[in-house]
Amino acid sequence: MYAFNEGAIPVVAPTDADGIYSLLWLIVALPLAGAAILLIGGRFTDKWGHLLGTLMPIGSFGISLALFVDLLGRDEGQRQITQHLYSWIQVGGLDVGADLLYDPLSALFLLLITGVGSLIHVYSIGYMSHDPRRRRFFAYLNLFVAAMLTLVLAENYLGLFLGWEGVGLASYLLIGFWQHKPSAAAAAKKAFVINRVGDMGMSTAIMMFFVTFGSTSFTVISENAAGASETKLTILGLLLLLGACAKSAQFPLQAWLLDAMEGPTPVSALIHAATMVTAGVYLIVRSNFIFELAPDAQTAVVVVALISILWGAAIGCAKDDIKKGLAGSTMSQIGYMMLGAGLGAAGYAFAIFHLLTHGFFKANMFLGAGSVMHGMNDDVDMRHYGALRKMMPVTFLTFAMGYLAIIGFPGFSGFWSKDKIIETALADNWLVGICALLGAGITGFYMTRMMLMTFLGEKRWEKDVHPHESPSVMTIPLMVLAALSVLGGVMLAGDWIQDFLAPVVGTGAHEDPPLPALAITTIAVLVVASGVALAFVLFGKRDIPRTAPQDVSFVTRAARAELYGNQINDGLVVTPTRHLVGGLLAVDKHVVDGTFTGGPIAIGSLGAVARRAQNGFVRTYALSLLGGALLVVLALLAVNLA
Amino acid sequence: MDFTKPTIEYADLWPLLVVFGVACAGVVVEAFVPRALRFVVQTLLAVAGILAALLGTILVARDLDVLGDGAARGTVDAMGTIAVDGPTVFFWGILLVFGLGGALLFAERRLEGGVSTFAGQAAALPGTEAERQASTRGLEHTEVYPLMMFALGGMMLFPAANDLLTLFVALEVLSLPLYLLCGLARRRRLLSQEAALKYFLLGAFSSAFFLYGAALIYGFSGAMGFAQINEAVRDDIGNQTLLLIGLGMLSVGLLFKVGAAPFHSWTPDVYQGAPTAVTAFMAAGTKIAAFGAMLRLYYVAFGADRWSWQPMLWVIAILTMLVGAVLAIVQTDMKRMLAYSSVAHTGFLLTGVLGVQQASELADGEVTSLQAVLFYLVTYGFSIIGAFALVTLVRDAGGEATQFARWRGLGRRSPVVAGIFAFFLLSMAGIPLTAGFVGKWAVFTVALAAGAWPVVIAAVACSIIAVFFYVRVILLMFFDDDDVAVSGEVASVTKPSVLTSATILVGVAATLVLGVVPGPVLDLAANAGQFVR
Repeated sequence: MYAFNEGAIPVVAPTDADGIYSLLWLIVALPLAGAAILLIGGRFTDKWGHLLGTLMPIGSFGISLALFVDLLGRDEGQRQITQHLYSWIQVGGLDVGADLLYDPLSALFLLLITGVGSLIHVYSIGYMSHDPRRRRFFAYLNLFVAAMLTLVLAENYLGLFLGWEGVGLASYLLIGFWQHKPSAAAAAKKAFVINRVGDMGMSTAIMMFFVTFGSTSFTVISENAAGASETKLTILGLLLLLGACAKSAQFPLQAWLLDAMEGPTPVSALIHAATMVTAGVYLIVRSNFIFELAPDAQTAVVVVALISILWGAAIGCAKDDIKKGLAGSTMSQIGYMMLGAGLGAAGYAFAIFHLLTHGFFKANMFLGAGSVMHGMNDDVDMRHYGALRKMMPVTFLTFAMGYLAIIGFPGFSGFWSKDKIIETALADNWLVGICALLGAGITGFYMTRMMLMTFLGEKRWEKDVHPHESPSVMTIPLMVLAALSVLGGVMLAGDWIQDFLAPVVGTGAHEDPPLPALAITTIAVLVVASGVALAFVLFGKRDIPRTAPQDVSFVTRAARAELYGNQINDGLVVTPTRHLVGGLLAVDKHVVDGTFTGGPIAIGSLGAVARRAQNGFVRTYALSLLGGALLVVLALLAVNLA
Repeated sequence: MDFTKPTIEYADLWPLLVVFGVACAGVVVEAFVPRALRFVVQTLLAVAGILAALLGTILVARDLDVLGDGAARGTVDAMGTIAVDGPTVFFWGILLVFGLGGALLFAERRLEGGVSTFAGQAAALPGTEAERQASTRGLEHTEVYPLMMFALGGMMLFPAANDLLTLFVALEVLSLPLYLLCGLARRRRLLSQEAALKYFLLGAFSSAFFLYGAALIYGFSGAMGFAQINEAVRDDIGNQTLLLIGLGMLSVGLLFKVGAAPFHSWTPDVYQGAPTAVTAFMAAGTKIAAFGAMLRLYYVAFGADRWSWQPMLWVIAILTMLVGAVLAIVQTDMKRMLAYSSVAHTGFLLTGVLGVQQASELADGEVTSLQAVLFYLVTYGFSIIGAFALVTLVRDAGGEATQFARWRGLGRRSPVVAGIFAFFLLSMAGIPLTAGFVGKWAVFTVALAAGAWPVVIAAVACSIIAVFFYVRVILLMFFDDDDVAVSGEVASVTKPSVLTSATILVGVAATLVLGVVPGPVLDLAANAGQFVR
């Protein structure tokens, strides 16, 4: 269904780094050094730690920019560069190098991570200025940036996995940064648990790569992928998708993202909006040589993406917590990127395009939300906001730019990027396209609702709250990001982004959509406009109660409860696992014991067992040994003589 | 009947003989050297003996002869009973390194205020006048050094044994001193003695299985030597039922020693009850030796029949990983948690054992299962010795504080110790850039390559479950409230002497280096080549 390939799937064939490209390692090393200095230096670095922590990603950004400019001057065939640092694992024919790969795809990611990362570091200087553990915060942020850069610069899946685990660790530390809040600790734990599920997919995939191709290097795998059976490639694709779902908060592993909003807001902006959560999209686009040959896996990506688009949008409609509303929106927008990636060669470039513009406008809005919270004594409930535009003009205007971008107001960056994905989806399959259109309409609705509840309407805050504009160290990053949200669409000019990424992801056959492009755009704008209008009718005209009304329909209740994602997880995974553990424990402690002594099993309740010096009798152990021996022998006989 | 004079190739076997010789010399020292001097003499003797044997192992390894097709190097010595080949010298090397770590931990006297962690007078009943006297007079048992050397000698002989009888003798030689050592704790002696008795009874029970299995295999093949058994298996000469029952019973003995489920039940009790220095030595040494013996037995003697034992081992491996990982979650004692985690590691190692393939099935340069298991054992050994050594440092008024509740907030009181412990735990959990990651990756990959994918999936799932209990301890140390009013008494870190510090530091360094540049050790394991047949 998705197999087109007029152009063949590009092969990763990098040349060795020389000249300016030999600085590649420094991009990762700078923030890593920053994290090390701040963590090891301890209190001695308290005074200037945040400045050093901010300079490091700025330095990386400088190098990334220089490399990018140089890359633009190169021939298209020369745009993949690799740097060999050292051999990580080398035995006989097996060689896993600590290698870096710099190509158009990673070049764009480097700019996004270090650029937006630097802005968020600057913003954090103001946001965290009263926090006694500010130095540690910057250390973790630096660690995150280093890990994320490793993820996108690695030349093999093992290196990518290293970065993957690294961003997970940093995200975990930062979600739980305010460890005095039990909710933050619980959220960190949840993110950790769900991400382990994804890691399971990733690590199994990596081992399968190794077994199938004898290597985990992109270069080798992309050369030989065509030789592997489709079944294997489909399994590989699904395993990678599992990893991507956990990292990118896609259905069914989305539940951690909303809780992750317990972290400081700059963290939500950097990690849970602009960069880390998009790693799943990166993984799929990077593995295009697998997915192009595994149409079933691509279909799975599309299905996951569509569910996530609508699921996230539904959550966004019901949340009164401004950050959770934005988080639902993030899930939905990443769904669009996944959709683009699932559509194959025709969509990869647009997925990355939307990823970049989303990085701008979502980081902008998260930082804007942080600025609002800063002025509202860290209150996150939008029902307590209202009419903040007069108090916080800069925040309001910059947020508005992000708002217009995300709903796809013509001319703004989000308009170009989302429109392209919808167009490609419609060309592929009308049902997919209509779902994507519907999602765009809901986006218009919930973002307008957020805008109205926060900045417009009547003021609803208490007397002792004194909203005020944030200091310029916080508003300047907002302005830069707002400008990018407006102008990001320029990347599409003259099909630049498709051409630029073509050496990595190839170019899909152009399929004509069922309608002319202009008609699709018009329909999309109309759908969004009706979403916006509905929100105006529901929230702009009426008073908004300070507490959320409880007599609401089932649909609203379900959306407020995140469509029962947590309950589903509990029912399907958590409770059965508890029973398994309890069961194993019981078997280990009671059943064998009880059987042997002939007494009722119920005698030894857990508490009674724990009071003994140790937990068992030798006769019990001997019995289990005997039973085991019998089993082993009988199994051997049964298997071989039967 | 002709009588042939047995020949012993001293040139190949002398590292083994040095260890046994030093052990015997230790007994003599006990008899003739004044009490005051014994500690110094015994410690020096043990350390010197281990270093000499290590040197000898290196020398022997350097001039092993290459055999026929070049895949294996070495000879079969002592009338076919001991194989000195690449894997053997590798096992000798790592056993001696970990033995040295054990000896250093045994000699630690600063933590208990000038006496060793072993009972002053083992024969005195706990709580009696005799015990009080022993402790006020500052008595200590220096017999632990010769006991340890005998155990170490047994461990070295175990993976080298090339017939069933030698294998059994080695099993007993390594086990008997350990039973004794387990019961010698200075503190919590009842717990320690209970552990020793359990270990002894169950060990004897499993040895009986082993011996019966050996007899049945003799009945099947008419021989004790691995090479002859291999021939008999290949030619299919005997009674298949005898072979299978015998194989099963031999497996029980070995699986007991490595602590695989359902033969694991002794592990937590013994690891908890034994003096921690002994636990560290035993956790690393016994597991390495027993895996060495298991690999040789399965690959050399029953390699031709691997289709009959592999399914059984699949099930055991999955069960072991599951039991170890799941039950570790509910532990509240550090030593028991580490014990269950070592059960889980046994399962991961068994996964590697399943990766055996014929040389012809292997792609050029592919990691062999032997190589993967050897590497995993090295990484596991360093982190488990280091972790147990660290456990000895965290103390309260009653000695070592192994309850989780006592470790609360340790990260804030002693960030370095807690940080190192966290690092060991991360390595055991298999986080990238630690040794444990490369080790896990290696064993899982060989198993996958050999087609044991259900086991690998279970292994990946279990290693993810395992991460939880490791991270739980890290959380406990770094994020939990250390307010005494809330959590009760907490433990603090006692500064150890250079002996324990050195052991821990070597463990940390090795765990880090093996994670970042595993190449040299993987090469070394690759150079070990195959078993001689």
